[in-house]
Amino acid sequence: MGLLSQQFDNSNIVITSVEGVLNWARLCSLWQMSFGLACCAIEMMAASASHYDIMRFGVLPRPSPRQCDVMIVAGTVTLKMATRVKRLYEQMAEPRYVVSMGSCSNCGGPYWEHGYHVLKGVDRVIPVDVYVPGCPPRPEALLEGWMRLQEKVRDFTLVKDSSKQTTEKQVA
Amino acid sequence: MQEELLELREDIASGIDSGKLRTDEMVLNMGPQHPSTHGVLRLELVLDGEVVVKIIPHLGYLHRCFEKHAEAMTYPQVIPYCDRMDYLAAMNNDHGYALAVERLMDIQVPERVEYIRVIMAELQRIASHLVAIGTFGMDIGAFTPFLYCFRDREFILDIFEKTCGARLLYNYIWIGGLSHDVYDGFEKDVMQFIKAFRPTITEVNNLLNYNKVFIERCASIGVLPPDVGISFGCSGPMLRGSGVDFDLRRDDPYSIYDRFEWDVIVGDGSAGTLGDCWDRHMVRVKEMEESCKIIEQAIAGLPEGDISEAIPKRVRPLAGEIYTRVENPRGELGYYIISDGKGNPFRVKVRAPGFVNLSVIDAISRGCLVADLVAILGSIDIVLGEVDR
Amino acid sequence: MAAEALTPEAVFNQLNDTFSDYELTYDENVPCIIVPANAIRDVAMQLRDAEEYAFDYLMSLSGVDNGDETLGVVYHLYSFTYKNQLTLKVIVPKEDPKLKSVARIWLTADWHEREAYDLVGMTFEGHPDHRRILMPYDWEGHPLRKDYEVPEFYNGMKVPY
Ligand code: SF4
Repeated sequence: MGLLSQQFDNSNIVITSVEGVLNWARLCSLWQMSFGLACCAIEMMAASASHYDIMRFGVLPRPSPRQCDVMIVAGTVTLKMATRVKRLYEQMAEPRYVVSMGSCSNCGGPYWEHGYHVLKGVDRVIPVDVYVPGCPPRPEALLEGWMRLQEKVRDFTLVKDSSKQTTEKQVA
Repeated sequence: MQEELLELREDIASGIDSGKLRTDEMVLNMGPQHPSTHGVLRLELVLDGEVVVKIIPHLGYLHRCFEKHAEAMTYPQVIPYCDRMDYLAAMNNDHGYALAVERLMDIQVPERVEYIRVIMAELQRIASHLVAIGTFGMDIGAFTPFLYCFRDREFILDIFEKTCGARLLYNYIWIGGLSHDVYDGFEKDVMQFIKAFRPTITEVNNLLNYNKVFIERCASIGVLPPDVGISFGCSGPMLRGSGVDFDLRRDDPYSIYDRFEWDVIVGDGSAGTLGDCWDRHMVRVKEMEESCKIIEQAIAGLPEGDISEAIPKRVRPLAGEIYTRVENPRGELGYYIISDGKGNPFRVKVRAPGFVNLSVIDAISRGCLVADLVAILGSIDIVLGEVDR
Repeated sequence: MAAEALTPEAVFNQLNDTFSDYELTYDENVPCIIVPANAIRDVAMQLRDAEEYAFDYLMSLSGVDNGDETLGVVYHLYSFTYKNQLTLKVIVPKEDPKLKSVARIWLTADWHEREAYDLVGMTFEGHPDHRRILMPYDWEGHPLRKDYEVPEFYNGMKVPY
């Protein structure tokens, strides 16, 4: 609201679309599942600590998947862990997003060749919205990924697929 | 009621059944996604009401096949994987590995390299302890110290970043040398950091360590008697917290640690029983001060010289084997390397301090409450990357 | 602490006298004592409890695939009393890799033996909890064997890149 403060003479009305408000509210309070897998999790912690302060984006780490909007897969997903990651994803409420942080969860990272117990990319088990490259990505990179995710949320539409709409009308 | 509970807990802890009323046992799963398991550890708890009867740990959720990678890579290529093993103490891990290969190949490292290595290793130790202290506080419910600790840790990471370009995983200590020399003004930065850092220790002490609530949560919880600690092979702050005066930097000196004046910190049980969570925690806090002392002396004695003169062109040790151990922030980190004269190691086995320290969890938490278990886990300070490798 | 720390060779000579019915050998290249698979528990017990050795700390226990139809287990011991180290080795054939467990002597060995079983695949007789530790419980094969081949699929997930 910084841009709008002190801009009006008296109390006022802002006209916007429902979609715009809802999406704006959602993108400013994306709650993150606090769940770290490996080295990248340390950078994720650093991002939420004093220097980088990811909380100014409205990010609140929540331990329970039921309360979260975003899962940051921060680290190496092993085969043993993969089924658990999938279950956690399924436990999250819709709409849900996944940020894959670090080379390991993007594609296996340094363990792609000889890692007999490493899943080569978390997108083999769950869908991913944003990939953040790096080993480990700097906290700034995670913030950038976060802003990309916000863009994605902003473009979310409540309107049914327009092509579908016409067909429904035609049927009616 | 309170007394009955206490008696039941004592019963369970000692393993003697004196006929106290017990209820049905319940199995509860903790992890792998649990905010206080510090990663992906899964504990299967057998509970009697709120009291822990038994713990069955399940590891391997972060098993990244380090040993297989080491067999497939050449000796210098293994170093980045060492970084990733204990990602909070990457410098110490590299140091241990480089040392092992140097001993295998009989390489004499220049003085300047030794000094820089010690400075880096001690800075890393402070950084690692800061994370341990911060997250331990957070597990118990104190969020603010975490921010203080991470603030100061960032300064250390800045120094590392200026030196070698990376924040977390450095690949800085190479076999026979270093990847880069330190930058101009490094000494000044380090001294400045230490000057700014000492007040933080006091701050954390005031805020957390001598806080009544905190002491109540940690004192006499998770007591590890010294003989049990030794039999379990514990090391580092875990063992020193139990009053065993053992530090590899002094007792099995490597690099140039024998040139510095510093003290080995041991727990004294001043808050409760010897070897409880508070003792282990305080060993870490006080050790940071000792690390500062070592760094100051090393900076004062830092000689000039070339850092890359001993880096071998080809790393190909003769057939043989070696076990080298160094003091990592979590304890004794051992590398057992077998060479068969080729460019790749034949076998690299890592004795990870976290792995060994974690194995006491069942023994020291019988009879505690589930809430205390969180404190115990936090005070062991595990890094799952090295537990599972 | 009256006596001096013993060298590995001296330890070997004394052990050889005590355990004359077992065939201990000394490898001076490393240096280490090679112990037969059925003797390791008795030797370990002696090394820990006898006052002149007092090896009360097991630093590391490693399983090794020697690559020549044998597997090895290497024990690195340390004595808090004398501050000296000792290496023991047990070599077992690949077809029948069985040896006695020392998990009750040094509690460190409990998890380390499970790890050695998991990754290299020798069986420790008398281990209190002989399960895999790092790999999933239903995993097949022992990954650190030299002839190990990575499976194509595990639980419906593709393993190779
Ligand atoms: S991408 Fe790199 S830093 Fe991140 S978990 Fe993988 S190895 Fe660790």
